[in-house]
Amino acid sequence: MSDSRPTSTAGPDKGRFVIAFALALLSLVVGWDAWRLSGINTYSAVGPGAFPAIISAGLALLALANAVEAVREGAQDRPRDEIGPMAWVLGGLIGQIVLLAFGAGFAIATGWLFAATAKGFGRGPVWGHFLVGAVMCFVIYVVFAKGLQLALPAGPLERLI
Amino acid sequence: MDTFAALGSGVMVALQPINLLFAFVGVMLGTAVGVLPGIGPALTVALLLPITFKLDPAGSLIMFAGIYYGGMYGGSTASILLNTPGESASIVTALEGNKMARAGRGGPALATAAIGSFVAGTIATIGLALIAPTVVDIAISFGPEDYFALMVLAFTTVSAAFGSSVTRGLTSLFLGLSLGLIGIDLQSGQARLSFSVPDLLDGVEVTTLAVALFAIGETLSVVAAGARADEIIEPVKGSVFMNREDWKRSWKPWLRGTFLGFPIGAMPAGGAEIPTFLSYALEKRLCKKPGEFGNGAIEGVAGPEAANNAAAAGVLVPLLTLGLPTSATAAIMLAGFQQYGMNPGPLLFATNPDLVWGLIASLFIANGMLLVLNLPLVGLWVRLLAIPRPWLYGGILVFATLGTLGANPSLIELGMLLIFGLLGYVLRRYDYPIAPVVVGLILGPLAEQQLRRALAISVGDPLVLFQSPVALTLYALSALALFGPLLFYILTGRKAPVGSDED
Repeated sequence: MSDSRPTSTAGPDKGRFVIAFALALLSLVVGWDAWRLSGINTYSAVGPGAFPAIISAGLALLALANAVEAVREGAQDRPRDEIGPMAWVLGGLIGQIVLLAFGAGFAIATGWLFAATAKGFGRGPVWGHFLVGAVMCFVIYVVFAKGLQLALPAGPLERLI
Repeated sequence: MDTFAALGSGVMVALQPINLLFAFVGVMLGTAVGVLPGIGPALTVALLLPITFKLDPAGSLIMFAGIYYGGMYGGSTASILLNTPGESASIVTALEGNKMARAGRGGPALATAAIGSFVAGTIATIGLALIAPTVVDIAISFGPEDYFALMVLAFTTVSAAFGSSVTRGLTSLFLGLSLGLIGIDLQSGQARLSFSVPDLLDGVEVTTLAVALFAIGETLSVVAAGARADEIIEPVKGSVFMNREDWKRSWKPWLRGTFLGFPIGAMPAGGAEIPTFLSYALEKRLCKKPGEFGNGAIEGVAGPEAANNAAAAGVLVPLLTLGLPTSATAAIMLAGFQQYGMNPGPLLFATNPDLVWGLIASLFIANGMLLVLNLPLVGLWVRLLAIPRPWLYGGILVFATLGTLGANPSLIELGMLLIFGLLGYVLRRYDYPIAPVVVGLILGPLAEQQLRRALAISVGDPLVLFQSPVALTLYALSALALFGPLLFYILTGRKAPVGSDED
């Protein structure tokens, strides 16, 4: 997105420190897996662990490089993110998974996703958007199931057809 | 002349009514998504992959190419009228184009973008058709160690070209490479990084990752920005036709843009953005009325738009001849080939000549369609811009999850979509580029395959990697790509121009 270039102030960039830490962790996980694989005899010149070992080393170096850049570039003034709207969108995505897990079907679950996302962008009411979204997704379900023979999760609504 | 005979039979393939229809659908969809903020051609192709699984390969690939070209056209419309580039290769177009629109010259700006795109696209596609057989001839003699070196070059250029620092680009790349490790190793049958989760044994789907990073990540960062990003649509006032002076001032920038864009796109150097920056700088220097730059100079629209489309065609050279994707869209198109069990590369020209040449021929047709459709339909595209954002992004998420569920109706897949979406948000928040993650995921396993093949031939001697002159040249170029920006900084005291991704 077109955020204006952040300006630097004193102290290291905490966010990028966290990223560096996460990279170090990832490097350990990949390295551990490579080590586990290297113990398995595969009768070939290069086993399945060789490439992961290279990547693990690369990740470790990048963790270091990110940490160095975090210190060198200093803390950045990034525009503050709006937590509320983000929570709506995430709630929409998580809610969709939960609804599908309980067998609500594609139309209802994805209708909720549409409504929650619209709400996150400041457009209500939720129930109205839910109804419109569910109808729209029901039509999509019919098109996909009948026209393209794609299996989307079915629920009570979808079983009506 | 083999090339012309092959291209001729390709034209016959492309002119089949069904393939014309696919090309038409592709350019319409591509233009629409290019216009819409928040979705680009990479995401659209990714979303369509599962849907096209059961369709004819030639038709779907023609459609994907249409989306790719259409996205480039549509992006310019959004840049000019909205000042929000629909896709990143149009950032430069927004500089002068939006100024022209505000001055009531939106019509000529759109026209010079469209005609320039057509001129550039056509010349560059001719270039593609002429160069491809030569590259194939050279590539056929490449050993696995050369291919590995080629992929290393693609990795470094993609990481160095995108993003605000090489460290950030490489970080994104290695995230993609790590994700590429997940699943069963095909040579030894061992499961890697799958932690006994059966869904992970098949590896991470390129579609899931791309849709998550582009659709979910983008939606999260836009919603997080809240009211920060307000947009004004400039209405198209006056004539859409260019007058004599507009033509006179446009045709040279079109050609210059083409000759900047195509070679840079065709080198494994990543993306269509860099030539647009170069073209803008060049036109600014050559313009007879430099005072107009910054206030709506038509040269500043004509040149970069031509460069943008020429580079888009150029990117297809390494993709089709070497199987080397250098942009996010190209990476996903590679996944599209793979879903039909085909691998782009020199062999594809021998085994599926109809498909490859049909695809190249359809690019000419797509280009012509775009020229004819674009200007008359400008009213329609403007209306697309006016879709309220709550509905637009709601719809994007609906289609994102639909595409994922269509490919694999599993809740774990949806969970991965969510997690990678959050990853995409974090990457955007901290200025990490997205494209290298996708390229790393798809190219990582291929690079590993070539590496192991090379080492198997040499019975484990790693020196084999550095013995062929081709490989050594490619490594030298990689080093240049990595340290070039630093060198540029030392020599000129200015930061090297970098593109952003998502094209």
